Amino acid sequence: MRLYAVVAAGGFRRHATYRVATAAGVFTNTVFGFILAYTFTALWDERPQLGGYDLSQALTYVWLGQALLMTAALMGGGLESELMERIRTGDIAIDLCRPADLQLFWLAGDLGRAAFHLLGRGVVPMAVGALAFDLALPADPFVWVAFLVAVALGVVVSFAIRFLVALSAFWLLDGAGVAQITWLVGLFFSGMVLPLTVFPGGLGTLAQALPWSALLQIPADVFLGKHTGWGLVRAYGFQLGWAALLLTAGRLLQSVATRRVVVQGG
Amino acid sequence: MESDFIQLDGVEKVFDVRRKTGRLRREKTRVRAVDAISFSVPRGEMVGYIGPNGAGKSTTIKMLTGILTPSAGRVRVAGIDPARERTRLARHIGVVFGQRTTLWWDLPLRDSYRLMHRMYRIPDDRFKVNMARCVELLDLGELLDVPVRQLSLGQRMRGDIAAALLHDPEVLYLDEPTIGLDVISKAKVRDFLRDLNTERGTTVLLTTHDLTDIEQLCKRVMVIDHGRLVYDGALAGLHEVGESERTLVVDLERELPPVEVAGARVVKVEGPRQWLAFPASVSAAPLVAAVAQRYPLVDLSVREQDIEAVIAKMYADRSAL
Repeated sequence: MRLYAVVAAGGFRRHATYRVATAAGVFTNTVFGFILAYTFTALWDERPQLGGYDLSQALTYVWLGQALLMTAALMGGGLESELMERIRTGDIAIDLCRPADLQLFWLAGDLGRAAFHLLGRGVVPMAVGALAFDLALPADPFVWVAFLVAVALGVVVSFAIRFLVALSAFWLLDGAGVAQITWLVGLFFSGMVLPLTVFPGGLGTLAQALPWSALLQIPADVFLGKHTGWGLVRAYGFQLGWAALLLTAGRLLQSVATRRVVVQGG
Repeated sequence: MESDFIQLDGVEKVFDVRRKTGRLRREKTRVRAVDAISFSVPRGEMVGYIGPNGAGKSTTIKMLTGILTPSAGRVRVAGIDPARERTRLARHIGVVFGQRTTLWWDLPLRDSYRLMHRMYRIPDDRFKVNMARCVELLDLGELLDVPVRQLSLGQRMRGDIAAALLHDPEVLYLDEPTIGLDVISKAKVRDFLRDLNTERGTTVLLTTHDLTDIEQLCKRVMVIDHGRLVYDGALAGLHEVGESERTLVVDLERELPPVEVAGARVVKVEGPRQWLAFPASVSAAPLVAAVAQRYPLVDLSVREQDIEAVIAKMYADRSAL
């Protein structure tokens, strides 16, 4: 267990190393936050209560999206590109000579990364958003805690998806295409573009049933007080269910990959 | 058990390679990367494992670490079947792949060692001792707080070697540990490995293209070519197998036609200097006497053929067959 604590701490510090990149990222998130906030203002002006949110909640959703963009890796990043590169170049060979489980190792590292991104990339845009707009911030500290739990579960689901994508490199050798498709799908189905509750009928139902909704939609709804009591348990259950399913799939794929597939390079 | 600490018994590895033969047609061919290889290495031995590119060296190493499963045959390392119990074996072995790194790219070297500490559950005092030893012998003191991405290749390699040894592995696999290093770094790495082998009794399997590594470190050498073991024995014996030749370089008083003496042939003439090749198994003395007697000799030297040339000849002979 201490191993994975060290790995998580390493994941945190590795991303904390690049301060200029972090500052630039925070700036970008903030700018996009403003652009989306004004767009949403125009939209909700026209259609109040769209998706069940009032304007203040819709704006809060925008800034939560910016704050969690990196944390829940809604646009992918970190893990897949790095792990794919290790598989493609054959560096994975060394990792496999280690007495550590590949999936747990990378999960721990990704949790560390997410913790850094929540602090480094999430707090400032959220604070700027709260100063510039009238956001629906929860008054109850329990809601904040419940939100952080939902974010953590969302990160695990996000990891599980990206781990599966990365392992595809064992067969495809170059996983860039798959990574791009998942990036696009993830951006849309996480609710980053528009809250999933806005989508009508079948599409809305589908979007909310897919694992990506665990990344942003659910944490945001927990934050906005849409999931309380048993609703909150159900929301967590949804996240846990997808996490378990996808992690198991990753585990199976990992054992197939390491047993049958050629490790690249001499 | 001690005498066959590492044991391979008729080990094969076959890969299916698909090749495009037409727009949509693909032909499947089987490639035998490793073909019925058997050898054993006793505990504490340092063995060189050499061969040309694509001979099957890395494939063998990968089977010895358990990341590749042999298609046939039996592999045992420290009594463990690597492919079946990769994770258990991992605690007993150290691996350095010269062209790959295991260190955390973005963080100071020290952090990667902290990771090893936990990964191998190394007792704290043991970790401290090993760390101090590696830092001293591999000259890592000033590098510990430098992010790995800022290290030079030689520094990084030393860092990787230390990372592979902190848990006192019984076996160390080194795949090209001196590739791309300068002379000083190479010497440092070799000294360290020699020390490790004699003092700790670590069993070392070394693959390399740098034959100086082998000459300086290994008494025993195995040569693999096209997936087959073509030589296994003392380094000196390679010369006999390769029918190697030595060279007598003579400086004459002036430019002369090629020297004619029995038992040697002139291979090169450059002004007053001539190169004479003669079998390595024959003494140079009578030849020198014969030349001195009949020609105006100014100076001479005898050059041993380096092992590289011997092996090159060996590969060439085999492909000619």
